[in-house]
Amino acid sequence: MKIVTAIIKPFKLDDVREALDRVGAHGMTVTEVKGYGRQRGHTEIYRGAEYVVSFVPKARLEIAVPDALVDAVVEAIRTAALTGTIGDGKIFVTPLERVVRIRTGEANDEAL
Amino acid sequence: MHPLISRAGLAAAALIALSAPAFAAEGKIDPADTAFMIAATALVLLMTLPGLALFYGGMVRRKNVLATMAQSVGATGVVSLLWFALGYSLAFRGDGALIGGFDRMLLLGTGVDSVSPFAKTIPEALFMAYQMTFAVITCALVGGAVADRLKFSAFLVFCALWLFIVYVPTAHWVWGGGFLGRLGLIDFAGGTVVHLNAGVAGLVAALMVGARQGYGRENLAPFNLALAVIGVGLLWVGWFGFNGGSALAAGPRAAFAIVATHLSACTGALTWSALEWASRGKPSVLGLISGAVAGLGAITPASGFVLPWHAVVIGALAGGVCYWACTALKHRFGYDDSLDVFGVHGVGGALGTLLTGVFATAALSAAGGQAGVSGLLEGAPSQLLAQAIGVGVTILWCGVGTWVTLRIVDALVGLRVRAEQEREGLDLALHGEAMGL
Repeated sequence: MKIVTAIIKPFKLDDVREALDRVGAHGMTVTEVKGYGRQRGHTEIYRGAEYVVSFVPKARLEIAVPDALVDAVVEAIRTAALTGTIGDGKIFVTPLERVVRIRTGEANDEAL
Repeated sequence: MHPLISRAGLAAAALIALSAPAFAAEGKIDPADTAFMIAATALVLLMTLPGLALFYGGMVRRKNVLATMAQSVGATGVVSLLWFALGYSLAFRGDGALIGGFDRMLLLGTGVDSVSPFAKTIPEALFMAYQMTFAVITCALVGGAVADRLKFSAFLVFCALWLFIVYVPTAHWVWGGGFLGRLGLIDFAGGTVVHLNAGVAGLVAALMVGARQGYGRENLAPFNLALAVIGVGLLWVGWFGFNGGSALAAGPRAAFAIVATHLSACTGALTWSALEWASRGKPSVLGLISGAVAGLGAITPASGFVLPWHAVVIGALAGGVCYWACTALKHRFGYDDSLDVFGVHGVGGALGTLLTGVFATAALSAAGGQAGVSGLLEGAPSQLLAQAIGVGVTILWCGVGTWVTLRIVDALVGLRVRAEQEREGLDLALHGEAMGL
């Protein structure tokens, strides 16, 4: 099992969710985050006081995925989140040791 | 006694009572003036609650929004009570050149029919209340200069002391029969008493308390400019009561005052915005509302004395000069007047008071057979001198008085919060509250 974490542009969230639905990944957790890679931030000016804001708003998705589905999930996210401009984001795959469904107590692959 | 006779007796007694002169009255109370002034009083209070609270609250950082608003509410409470108890009497009673009298302490001498010699057609209690709202907002304004770092206790004690050390004397000198009014200074609604006082006090406070942590280095961006816009909306509309009500009567002078007020706000907003657009490439919303407030502050002393087209010019000049004061001037000298109380109210108030001496038009202030006041354009350059003296005296007295006040406050409760409190945010540190979003 793996956790697939993706940092994407916020407006791409719906496209990614639909793409994941199509490949069979039906659950995820989303948070609003800030960050930057190669994308520049912006400057705000208030009555002559300039502030450079380096961090750009992003959406962070986390999905627990069975090993068999990982490649399909990564590809689905990548194609749906792609715009071609700097700041599209990144996808991270990390090992997942154990999963439990709280309501039923099901574990691991049955809980995904 | 036969019922008919007793009823007739009652009716006769009532007729006699109504036709006899009322002992306490010195003038005839006019219902139209009274109704208008009650509305004006409410409008000016609205400028503080929640106008200023929103304007200031929206411009500070999230962790200080509630604390900033607390200053507006706190000032309302403290200043209102002290004004009622003693401030009004010292400002608007008696005939001293320097200070008024004690005969209206706690309003004990004010009867139902009493009027003030300064507003003979409205109840004195109403005149007191109207003037009270001016004292309240003046004190509340000062807090903006030291936003994000002043102790709440210090602010409350400051209001209590500064009211009597600076505001009450100035109000007496300019409006209450004191020496500045006698010298010929004209200030319709508070260019000196309210705006210049608040501005100078703000600057002195900012210098004495020192800059915010991280000023010039960290991001101190406003929490929510939408709140600030709403606040300025309330201020703008409320100003119709501030300047219109300063006519103290429902009539043409109030009408001219509100027209001048509104036009000045408009040109102030557009001028500041245009300058910003040209120099920065984008017209900010903060610039629009700041320009409006600059125009409103500048027209305040002039509003009942000048023609509408004068107001357009005054607003434009205020928009430009205050824009310069809040950007170039502030950054040249490096003081942290956080919400630009000096740049907008101080500079705007001084500018407007001087321009009143330029544009004053006799027709507007002529009353009861007496000729009105003329300014430079109508051939009376001496008026400009009177205005300049008024501005100078106000700056001096306010500067020194504020310094003294803050030294006392510092000795009593201390001025500035501790460094870690400033980091944590005043909402939590001083009030134990958070906005929850």
